[in-house]
Amino acid sequence: MNITRRHLMLLLPAAAIAWKHVLAGTPEASPNYHMSEHWWSMLIDLPNCIGCGNCVRACQVENDVPDGYFRTWVERYHVSDYHIENPHVDSPDGGKQGFPPAKEEGGKNFFVPKLCNHCADSPCTQVCPVGATFIGPDGVVLVDQKYCLGCRYCVQACPYGCRFIHPQKNVAEKCTLCYHRITKGLTTACCEACPTGARQLVDLKNPNDPIHEFLKTHSVQVLKPYMATHAKVFYNDLDGSVR
Amino acid sequence: MNALKDAGHLFRLAAVFIAGILVFLGVRAFFVPKSFGQYGHYRGDAITEIAARPVNFAGHKVCEDCHADVLEKKKVGRHSRVNCEACHGPLAKHADDPSIQPAKLDTAVLCVRCHETNTAKPKGFPQVASADHSTGLPCDTCHQPHSPAIVAGVTK
Amino acid sequence: MYPNEVELQWSVLIVLYPFLTGLVAGAFILASLERVFRVEEVKPTYRLALLTALSFLLVAPLPLQLHLGHPERSYEMYLTPHRTSAMAMFGFVYLWYLLAVLVLEIWLDYRRDIVVLSQSTTGWKRWIYRTLTLGSSNISAHALEIDERAGWLITLIGIPSAFLLHGYVGFIFGSVKANPWWSTPLMPVVFIFSAMVSGIATVMLLYMLMMWSRGETIDMRCVDTVARYLFYTFIIDFSLEMLDLIHRIYEADESFRSLDFMVHTKLYMSHIVIQIVLGTVTPIALLALTQVLRLSEMARKRIYVLAGCLTLVGIFAMRWNVVIGGQLFSKSFLGYTTYKMGLVTREGLLVAIVLTVLPFVILWVLVKLLPPWPERNSGSLPDAAPAR
Repeated sequence: MNITRRHLMLLLPAAAIAWKHVLAGTPEASPNYHMSEHWWSMLIDLPNCIGCGNCVRACQVENDVPDGYFRTWVERYHVSDYHIENPHVDSPDGGKQGFPPAKEEGGKNFFVPKLCNHCADSPCTQVCPVGATFIGPDGVVLVDQKYCLGCRYCVQACPYGCRFIHPQKNVAEKCTLCYHRITKGLTTACCEACPTGARQLVDLKNPNDPIHEFLKTHSVQVLKPYMATHAKVFYNDLDGSVR
Repeated sequence: MNALKDAGHLFRLAAVFIAGILVFLGVRAFFVPKSFGQYGHYRGDAITEIAARPVNFAGHKVCEDCHADVLEKKKVGRHSRVNCEACHGPLAKHADDPSIQPAKLDTAVLCVRCHETNTAKPKGFPQVASADHSTGLPCDTCHQPHSPAIVAGVTK
Repeated sequence: MYPNEVELQWSVLIVLYPFLTGLVAGAFILASLERVFRVEEVKPTYRLALLTALSFLLVAPLPLQLHLGHPERSYEMYLTPHRTSAMAMFGFVYLWYLLAVLVLEIWLDYRRDIVVLSQSTTGWKRWIYRTLTLGSSNISAHALEIDERAGWLITLIGIPSAFLLHGYVGFIFGSVKANPWWSTPLMPVVFIFSAMVSGIATVMLLYMLMMWSRGETIDMRCVDTVARYLFYTFIIDFSLEMLDLIHRIYEADESFRSLDFMVHTKLYMSHIVIQIVLGTVTPIALLALTQVLRLSEMARKRIYVLAGCLTLVGIFAMRWNVVIGGQLFSKSFLGYTTYKMGLVTREGLLVAIVLTVLPFVILWVLVKLLPPWPERNSGSLPDAAPAR
């Protein structure tokens, strides 16, 4: 049977509607995403972190993170009395399965999730010999895994220990702030999975983002500010004992 | 002229060097990826490649399109801000094709991840020692996870 | 430990790499002593030092290639070098030093012999020499004088280049602010001086070994002078390392407790015993003995051999303590890890041993091809110039 224009006039709208249903589960593609309109970051609201490890598990599932390596992880701190320079820290399997009961009594105890800080002045991008790791125009530090040599210089240069070498791909890897999600209007996998809102994706260039009000009304720090990496992951109520 | 003649070997050497540099420049022009330097000292195409990775978590907005009834119940309970996939796991495949059934959850294992007592958890956060609290029964014996508060007089 | 820190990133191959480039820089500085600073006594070691430098420089990239996750992409460092990266810039420093300094100087110094050999040798070797002449067979007095001048200039440029070569390796470590064991402005300087020490010791040992194996008498005036320079350089090197140590102990910044504990436990053997006591203090004391006392030739020879060997062990230990030591402690200063060195893996002990032996194999080939001294029975080098 010849497909005439009349047939197409009937078929195409029906196909479009059907296709929309198929796409219902797929977030809209990103033709409307413009890098220059965003400056991504993250807020970690420490008083809300319960150390459930959802974020670590979600990240592993979303990004195919190999076992034994971590794009994000959770640490548990135990600070006894005034010894803030000597906390006892544990992170069993990065906190992936949560935390067992503490061995030590008393003291101050809390959880600290960590990830790549997507530093504005990152030492890792500075030392990469070929330009395989870089900060994009929208503030996310990424690794070009097709270009990376696997020299491991960036892993040495990161003060936060957030990078690793993928055991099969032999290239550098780290948190990408779920770039493939945030460019489609979704939030990161760790933020999606966090049950208490301890992790929140932040767009510093968006004037309506609640982060601006939050920064005005809370005591916010970054990790290792003396390294002058201009880390962009903000921690609410970060204790002085956190290393 | 004599001086130049006696330095002939040096000129030959210079020629070898220049040839080498030209070969290097030629190789460079050929091998450097086209999108390199587009936004900075890196392959511009890398950004689009990274952004094109597949998504495994659909995001709670997508769930709410179909499961509005659950959303109604959840909105008024203590779990209102807990996203669907925080408990149900990655569901992008299910959202794309609803005939793919998500895995059944075991509340005996799931709930204690958040609610088992731990000294490092915030003091105000609801936590119980599950061995004492539920004596081995799964949590959904008494609690409805989408709205977990036990209301007096209402059986589950 | 941060979870990703447990596994070490840089292995024994990255310990070997600064050791090899250090030998290059050191051997070259010894050669330049004669060429630029006119220390006549060390002339017999001149050509040997250059060939040693070349052998080690040719092997130096191999541990790097074997360590890379994707060695097939290593050319990217030359095509799109990141100008802020010390590692990328080092690629060009290496290339410069290899081609514009070392190969050039060797070629200019040997050119007369190459031309002679290209005419006198038979068989397939002839083609090697003919290629090396670049088609010019001009060895008139004037041409050789031009060579001499050019060689002097190359050596002059070569001295800062040698410092740059190994100083850069030191900078690659010294510029990493995330790692307090590495991050110090002294790092490039310490690397340079320990490189000089190791290079001078290597050439001294090789010279004595080769003379002995050829059944020739060792020029004691030469070896005594080399040993004296080794002694002076060692004093400077030791002072610099002690300065770093004292400074750390005195200032005792945040990292100090963690590093101090590491040195006293995990690095005790390699740092205190091997590097400092056996590898630095003992050779310095031995060499001091030869400077202060009048010892017989036999005694001096024995001391030089012992001191030289201990020196090389000590300098290797220094590289080990810097590279491996810098990765054994956590950047949180709250924990430690262990280095598990494989045996037959790509970055294992066996590979490290092969790569250490390989330069000597290459040196053997080079010595056969470009003899540093005339053969005893003047077989293959008629009208050869006497040992420079």
